[in-house]
Amino acid sequence: MTAVVTGIGVAAPNGLGVEDFWRNTLSGTSGIGPISRFDASGYPVRLAGEVPDFEAAQHIPGRLIPQTDRMTQLALAATEWALDDAGVDPKSVDEFDMGVVTANSSGGFEFGQRELENLWARGPQYVSAYQSFAWFYAVNTGQVSIRHGMRGPTGVTVSEQAGGLDAIGHARRHLRRGVRLLVTGGMDASLCPWGLVAQLPNGRLSTDGDPASAYRPFADDAAGYVIGEGGAILVVEDAEFAAQRGARHYGEIAGYSATFDPAPGSGRPPKLAAAITGALTDAGLTPADIDVVFADAAAVPALDRVEADALVAVFGERGVPVTVPKTMTGRLSSGGAPLDVATALLAMRDSVIPPTVNVAAEAVDERLDLVTGARAGHLGAALVVARGYGGFNAAMVVRAA
Amino acid sequence: MNEFTMDDLRKIMRESAGEDGSGTLDGDILDNSFEELGYDSLALMETTSRIERALSVTLPEEDMADVSTPRDLLAFVNGQLTELV
Repeated sequence: MTAVVTGIGVAAPNGLGVEDFWRNTLSGTSGIGPISRFDASGYPVRLAGEVPDFEAAQHIPGRLIPQTDRMTQLALAATEWALDDAGVDPKSVDEFDMGVVTANSSGGFEFGQRELENLWARGPQYVSAYQSFAWFYAVNTGQVSIRHGMRGPTGVTVSEQAGGLDAIGHARRHLRRGVRLLVTGGMDASLCPWGLVAQLPNGRLSTDGDPASAYRPFADDAAGYVIGEGGAILVVEDAEFAAQRGARHYGEIAGYSATFDPAPGSGRPPKLAAAITGALTDAGLTPADIDVVFADAAAVPALDRVEADALVAVFGERGVPVTVPKTMTGRLSSGGAPLDVATALLAMRDSVIPPTVNVAAEAVDERLDLVTGARAGHLGAALVVARGYGGFNAAMVVRAA
Repeated sequence: MNEFTMDDLRKIMRESAGEDGSGTLDGDILDNSFEELGYDSLALMETTSRIERALSVTLPEEDMADVSTPRDLLAFVNGQLTELV
């Protein structure tokens, strides 16, 4: 069984839809700016990557709007685009041959905040009946499954930024068990006061108010990351089934591995390198086969060092080009890694590595070959690295079509 | 207390569960079942909860079992309103 990606749907701060996003990513156009979705003037963090110009009513059935958080509206729209891109009509496939596994990190926070405010300010009778599920981690998976009649295996992975790769890895397991098609990826959108204050205590958010410098991973003076909303939804299929229906594909999910870090203070080393070598082994590739790495890029000096150490341990000093297109979106929680996987597939399709922005090449850990301007060249395989708060590590190898 | 009309109900139904763009809620829907109109049990719960808030009435869940069309619901709501008087 070979798992191939036949469809991509993107909702990112620097582009709605695949081609819009890809054009902006290649030209280094960032979607990070002052928070406009709520009044953030009272918070130490004022910047975010917001998905622009998304009117839910234009993209999803009106019936679904009162019962969905923004993250679910984005997920439903991106799923529609991914299915269109894959050229598959779900009605033409047996309903039990299709499944849904998405990642999620915060649940429907904006919806949840509004309804909790109703509860406390006005009483239980003012809480929406849809609160019963609209803020669940699993709700994106559930709504996609219901909307498209996909009654095969479903699930949700909740491991913060690593979860996006864990979801795709889990989708591949279902393909191996004989399911024909999976909708996977991740989408989060918690740009509301509750969503922000939930992340503030980790101390990893940049308080720099300048969009051109706030998120500068691997820089000597990295000062934390910028949050963002959005992500990517992928359609993955067994290559044989995709070929049967005459579908073209972007590339293969060739390798995946996940590890968990030892407890803080244990003195044992982090396990990120093990996830990377695990993914390479799973793909049957060597480090020399990897043409580009999409880094996790926490932009917290200690965490950047752990990632750089892992990349140097596997690839050697300046052994592989490393890029961080998420410098144009912020870190999207569960949506970040699927967006990186989509970006890697597009990079291989067009033989070009998209740039890392806002990081001056001379300020970077010199052991890394950080790509700060789009770089053309054949790309046969790419590695995506993702870490989730609390010790989650995941790595995925994608191979060109 | 004024009578709770089909137009009042239509408005609350739209707020509760949106509309699919095909104008399902327009026209004479008094005797369509909520199921036919695409209102599942949760959508109906949201609808009754909004009616309760708007009119300060109580619509006990156990009595809702007999309500399957807008006509039933209007009669039930107006019955409860009369009891208040």
